[in-house]
Amino acid sequence: MNTAILGPVLMFLATIVLALPLGKYMAKVYRNEPTFLNRVFNPIDRFLFKISGVDPGREQSWQQQMLALLTINVVWFLLGMLVLMNQGRLPLNPDHNPGQSAYLAFNTVISFLVNCNLQHYSGESGLSYLGQLYLMFLQFVTAATGMAAAVTVFYALQKDTLSTLGNFYNFFVRSLTRILIPISVIIALIFLARGMPMTFAGKSRMQTLQGDTVQVSTGPVAAFVPIKHLGTNGGGFFGANSAHPFENPDYLSNMVAMVSQMLIPFAMIFALGYFLKNRKLSLMIFGVMTAGFIALLIPTMLQEMKGNPHIAQMGIDNALGAMEGKEVRFGAASSAFWSIATTVISTGSVNAMHDSFMPLSGMNQMLAMMTNCFYGGCGVGILNFFIFMILAVFISGLMVGRTPEFMGKKIEAREMKIAMIIALLHPFLILAGTALSAAFPALTLSTLNNPGAHGLSEILYEYTSAAANNGSGFEGLGDNTPWWNISTGVVLLLARFLPIIGPVAIAGSLAAKKYIPESSGTLKTDTGTFGLMVLAVIALVAALSFFPALTLGPIADYFSF
Amino acid sequence: MNPNTTTLFQKDLLHKALKQSFVKLHPRTLFRNPIMFTVEIGTAIMLFVCAWIAWGAKAQGSLSYNCTIFLVLLLTLLFANFAEAIAEARGKAQTDSLRKTREETPARLIRAIGEVYMGEITIVPSSQLKKGDVFLCEAGDIIPTDGEIIEGLATIDESAITGESAPVIRESGGDKSSVTGGTKVLSDKIKVRVSTEAGESFLDKMIALVEGASRQKTPNEIALTILLAGFTLVFIIVTVTLKPLADYSNAPVTIATLIALFVCLIPTTIGGLLSAIGIAGMDRALRANVITKSGKAVETAGDIDVLLLDKTGTITIGNRKATHFYPAAGIEEKHLIKCAVLSSMSDDTPEGKSIIELANIDPLSYTIDNPRFIKFTAETRSSGVDAEGISIRKGAADAIKNIVAQEGNIIPPDIAGRVKTIAGNGGTPLVVSENKAVIGVIELQDIIKPGIKERFERLRKMGIKTVMVTGDNPLTAKFIAEKAGVDDFIAEARPEDKMNYIRREQSEGRLVAMMGDGTNDAPALAQADVGVAMNSGTQAAKEAGNMVDLDNDPTKLIEVVEIGKQLLMTRGTLTTFSIANDVAKYFAIIPALFITAIPSLRALNLMRLHSPGSAILSAVIFNALIIPLLIPLALKGVPYKPIGASALLRRNLFIYGLGGILVPFIGIKAIDLIVSLFI
Repeated sequence: MNTAILGPVLMFLATIVLALPLGKYMAKVYRNEPTFLNRVFNPIDRFLFKISGVDPGREQSWQQQMLALLTINVVWFLLGMLVLMNQGRLPLNPDHNPGQSAYLAFNTVISFLVNCNLQHYSGESGLSYLGQLYLMFLQFVTAATGMAAAVTVFYALQKDTLSTLGNFYNFFVRSLTRILIPISVIIALIFLARGMPMTFAGKSRMQTLQGDTVQVSTGPVAAFVPIKHLGTNGGGFFGANSAHPFENPDYLSNMVAMVSQMLIPFAMIFALGYFLKNRKLSLMIFGVMTAGFIALLIPTMLQEMKGNPHIAQMGIDNALGAMEGKEVRFGAASSAFWSIATTVISTGSVNAMHDSFMPLSGMNQMLAMMTNCFYGGCGVGILNFFIFMILAVFISGLMVGRTPEFMGKKIEAREMKIAMIIALLHPFLILAGTALSAAFPALTLSTLNNPGAHGLSEILYEYTSAAANNGSGFEGLGDNTPWWNISTGVVLLLARFLPIIGPVAIAGSLAAKKYIPESSGTLKTDTGTFGLMVLAVIALVAALSFFPALTLGPIADYFSF
Repeated sequence: MNPNTTTLFQKDLLHKALKQSFVKLHPRTLFRNPIMFTVEIGTAIMLFVCAWIAWGAKAQGSLSYNCTIFLVLLLTLLFANFAEAIAEARGKAQTDSLRKTREETPARLIRAIGEVYMGEITIVPSSQLKKGDVFLCEAGDIIPTDGEIIEGLATIDESAITGESAPVIRESGGDKSSVTGGTKVLSDKIKVRVSTEAGESFLDKMIALVEGASRQKTPNEIALTILLAGFTLVFIIVTVTLKPLADYSNAPVTIATLIALFVCLIPTTIGGLLSAIGIAGMDRALRANVITKSGKAVETAGDIDVLLLDKTGTITIGNRKATHFYPAAGIEEKHLIKCAVLSSMSDDTPEGKSIIELANIDPLSYTIDNPRFIKFTAETRSSGVDAEGISIRKGAADAIKNIVAQEGNIIPPDIAGRVKTIAGNGGTPLVVSENKAVIGVIELQDIIKPGIKERFERLRKMGIKTVMVTGDNPLTAKFIAEKAGVDDFIAEARPEDKMNYIRREQSEGRLVAMMGDGTNDAPALAQADVGVAMNSGTQAAKEAGNMVDLDNDPTKLIEVVEIGKQLLMTRGTLTTFSIANDVAKYFAIIPALFITAIPSLRALNLMRLHSPGSAILSAVIFNALIIPLLIPLALKGVPYKPIGASALLRRNLFIYGLGGILVPFIGIKAIDLIVSLFI
C-alpha cells in the first residue's frame, strides 16, 4: 500500500483498537463499578467532593443536572474574563503580553468554554502563560462537561422508568479524574519524548543561519497540547496550531495527536454499548458515523493527493499532491485525513491551512461540521447523533406500522418538538450568520482574504465552525473585529448549550415513560437498515439544507476553478 | 350496504370535493395545516408580485411567467384541499348510507306517568324520541332509534346495517339486549328504552368525526405535524438566507424563484395528504363495519401488542358438538344412546341438539310416559328427564358424581379414565347417569374455525400476542389453545380475570385490545386500549369500548389492527417519499437559480433541463401534480405485510425512499420536455 495512505489507515485502526477497551472501562466508570484504578482515584474524588461540598450519591433529575451544568459554566466564564483581561498584570507572563480587549476576551473565553476554541488571537502574543493555563483548565472541564451530559443520556436510555438520572457532578468529576487526566499524562509523556517544549521561562533567543537573532515563543506546550486533542478542543498554544513544529514536531507526534482526538468520541460510542449491554446499537452508531466519515474523507484525500491542476499547468511537479498550506513533514494524504477528522470531530485543531485545500475538500470540511454528528465532539457528538436517531425513529417507526418508539419508549409530540428545534438550530445559526455577514459587506468585506465564491466560503466556514463548536478556521479571515467576535460568540453559546440541553431533555422525558417490551413488530434500532435510515436523515436534514449556500461557495469555486 | 360499491372516485363525490377544495382555501381553515398554510402565504405573495409587474416592475421577470408560477401554486393548494375533501366526501357517503336507515320512522311511544308506564301509546316521529323514552315494536315494525330492550324477545333483521340476512334474536336482560335504529322486527313484540339522545348516537358521532366538525388531530398526527412544520421552518431559513448570499455572489434571484424553491422543498406532498390519510383510516374501519369513536382509536389499534379473544365464536365455531358415546362397562351402547337422546329431547342448547344429531335417531320413536324435563342450571350443572321409574341425568363429571353418590355409587374407573382423556384432548365430557348409576359418557368437541390458525400465525408475525379467553377448564383450554395456535389462554375466565390480565399486560407496557358484548365486559372494555363492543351487546359495553362492530364478528379485531397499521404506514411512507423528493428538486432549481450569473454551475444541471425558467416551472408543476397522483394511495392505504419490522422497513425504504429520490428526476425531466415546447 502507498505509504501516504498507510499512515491514515494505521491512525484510524489504532484508534479503534484503543477505543474498545477504553469504552468498556468508561462504561464501568460511569456505572460506578469497581475498576483496577479505584484505589488511586477514590481518595482523589472523595477529596474533591469534600472540598466542594457535593454529595456525589445524591440523585438528580435531568433538569437539576442541566442547572448544575449551566451554573458551573457561568462561574468559569466570569473567571475567564477576569484572567484574560488582566493577564498583563498577573503573574506567569514572562513575555509581557498585554491583557485582551473585552470583545476578544469575550470571544476567547466563550469559545474555550464551549469546547470550540475558535481563536481570534495568536497564542504567542495574545496570551500569558497564566492565560494559557486557564484555557488548558477549560479544555479539561468542557470536555468533561460534554461527557457528563452524554452519560445522563446513557442513564436515561435504560429500560427502567426513571425520574432521576444519577448525579451530574459525579459524572463530571469521574470523567476528569479517571479518564481525561490520566490519558493526558500518558500523551504528554510521548510528546515530551518527541521534543515538545515544557517551560515557563518565556521566549528563547535563537540565532539563525544568517546570523540574525530571533525571539522564539515557547511555554508549557507539552502540558497544553494533549488535552487539546483528547478533549476535542483544538485550541492551539501557538497561532499556527498543530502546523507549528513545537506543537506537532514530527509524523509520530502527528499520529499520536490524531489518535488522541478521535479516541474519546470512539470510546464514548462503545461505552454506550457496554453501558446499555447493547453492543449492536454501538455497532450501528459506529457504522453510520464511519460511513459518513469515509464518504467525506475519501474524496478529500483523493483531491489533495492528486494535486492542484493550476500548479501542474505551470510545469511544476505536483507528485506530492496539493502542498500549498501543508507541512512537508506530514504530507498531503495525512493532512487531508487530519482535516476531515478534525472537522467531523469538533476538535478544530489544524495541521494545514484549510483555506488552501482544493474547493471540494473545503466543502467536505464544512459538510463534516454541518452534519456535526459523525463521531462528533467529546460527549456532544453522541448527543447530536441522538437527535438524528430520534428523527429517523419517528419516520421509520411509522413505516413499519407502529407509533414510533426508541429503546422501548414512545416518541411523542414533546420529544419531536425538542428534536426539531435542535435540528433546526444548526442550519439557522450557520445560514443566518452567513446571510447577515453577506448582507452587510461593510462589516466583513475588508476582513476577507479572497473575493467572490472563495470569500463566501470563508464566511460560511467561520459560522459553520462556530455553530459546530469546532474552532478551526478558513484562515485568511481577519476575524479579530467586534462583528466577528460578538456574532460568532453568540453563535457559539447557543450552539453549545441548546444541543446539550435538548437531547438530555428528550432523554429525560423518555426515561420517565413506561418501557414497552420488544415484539417482532417493533422496529429494531440496532440494525443496518435502521442505520441506513439514520444516514439518510442526516444527509437530507443536515446536508441538503446547506446545498444552496454550498453551491454559491465551494461548488461555484470548484466549477470555476 | 355493500362495502365495494363505492369506487374510489364517484362522479357526485368528485363534484362535491371540487367545490370543497375552493371553500377550504379560507385561511382560517388552512391554518390548521401549517405546511399548506405557508404555501398559501407564498401564493398570496406571488399574486402581489404579479400585480407589481403589471404595475411596471422590471426586475422580477415576465408577467406571464410569474402568473404561471402563481397558478401552479394555487393548483397545489387546491389539490391538497381536494385530497382532504374527497376523503371526507367518501367517508360521508359511507355514513350517509348508514344514516339512510335512520330516516323518519313513526315510533309508538309509551307514555309514562312518573315512573310507571301506562298502556297508552302515541305515535310520534322518531326524531322526537328522547333518551329514556320507551317505545313498542311489533313484527313488521322498523325500530325507530337505538335502544335497549327492557321487555320481551324478538327476532330482528339487521341486514340494513350488517348486510347479514339471517335474522338474530334480541332479548331483554341478557348481553344481547341492544337494538339499532333502522333494523326491522320480524316476530314478537318488544319494549325498548331509548339509549341515546337524537343526534348523539355512535353513528352521529362518527359522521361528525369524518366531516371535520369535531375531528381532532390524533397524538401521532400532531407529532408528525411538528416534524413537518420543522422541515418547513428549515426551508424558510434556507430560502430567506439565500437572498443575501445570492446578492453577495452577484447572482440576484427573483421572488418567484425563491418561492418556487421554498414550496418545492417543504414537504407539501405529505402535508397535503395528511388529513386525508387520517380520514381514510376511519373510513376503512367503517367499510369493515366498525364504528370508531375517535381517530386515535384507529391509530392505537396499529400499536396493539396483545389481543384478547373469546374462544366461542372467534376461535371455535359457535358451540361444542357431541362426537362420541362411550358406554360404561357392562352397558350396551344402544342403551346409552337411548338415555342420552331421552335426556336431550327437550334440551334446546346446541350441545343437546348435537347429541340427538349424533345419535341419528328420531327422539319421538321412543315412548316415555309423563316426562318431566329438568333444565340445566348453573347450580346443578346437569340436566335430564324424570319419568315413571326412570331418572336420567347428564352433566359435568363432578356434578354427576354428587348425584350418584346419593345412592352410594361412584364413577367407575373406566369412565373416570375416559373423562380425563376427553378433557385432555380439548373435549368436554358429559357423564350420563340412569337412576343414579353411571352408564357412560358423551364426548363434546370444540370445532376450531378453518383458517383461524393462519390468522394467528399472521398476527404472531405482526408481533401481536393472542390470548384466548374461555370458561373451559385449564386442560381443555390448553388443548384448544395449542390446536388453534394462540399464544396464551385464560381458562375458567370470570370477567375480573380479563380485567386483571389486561392490567397486568398494561403494567408491563403492552397495549391490549379486546372484544366484548356483555355488561360484565364493560370494565375490561374500558380498561383495554382498544375495546371493540359488539353492536348486539349491551349499552354499557358499547359505552365502554372505543369502537363498535356492527357485524358482531369477533374476528374483526384482527382487521382493526391491520387498518391501524396501514394508517401509520401510509403516513410514514408518504413522509419519506415527500422528503426524498427534495434531492431531485434541488438539482432542478439550484442550477436554474444561479446559472445565469455563474455559468460554470451548468454542471449541476443533471437532468439537462431546457432553461432556468422551464426547470423551475417543471419542479413546481411536479410538486403540484404528485399530490393528486398519490390520493388513491392515501385513501387506500399502503398494504401491510407481516414480514417483520426490519424487512418491512427495508421494503418501504426501497419503494418510497429510493423511489422518492428517483421518481421526481424522471417526472421533472418529462414535464420539462413538455414545458420547453411553450417557453
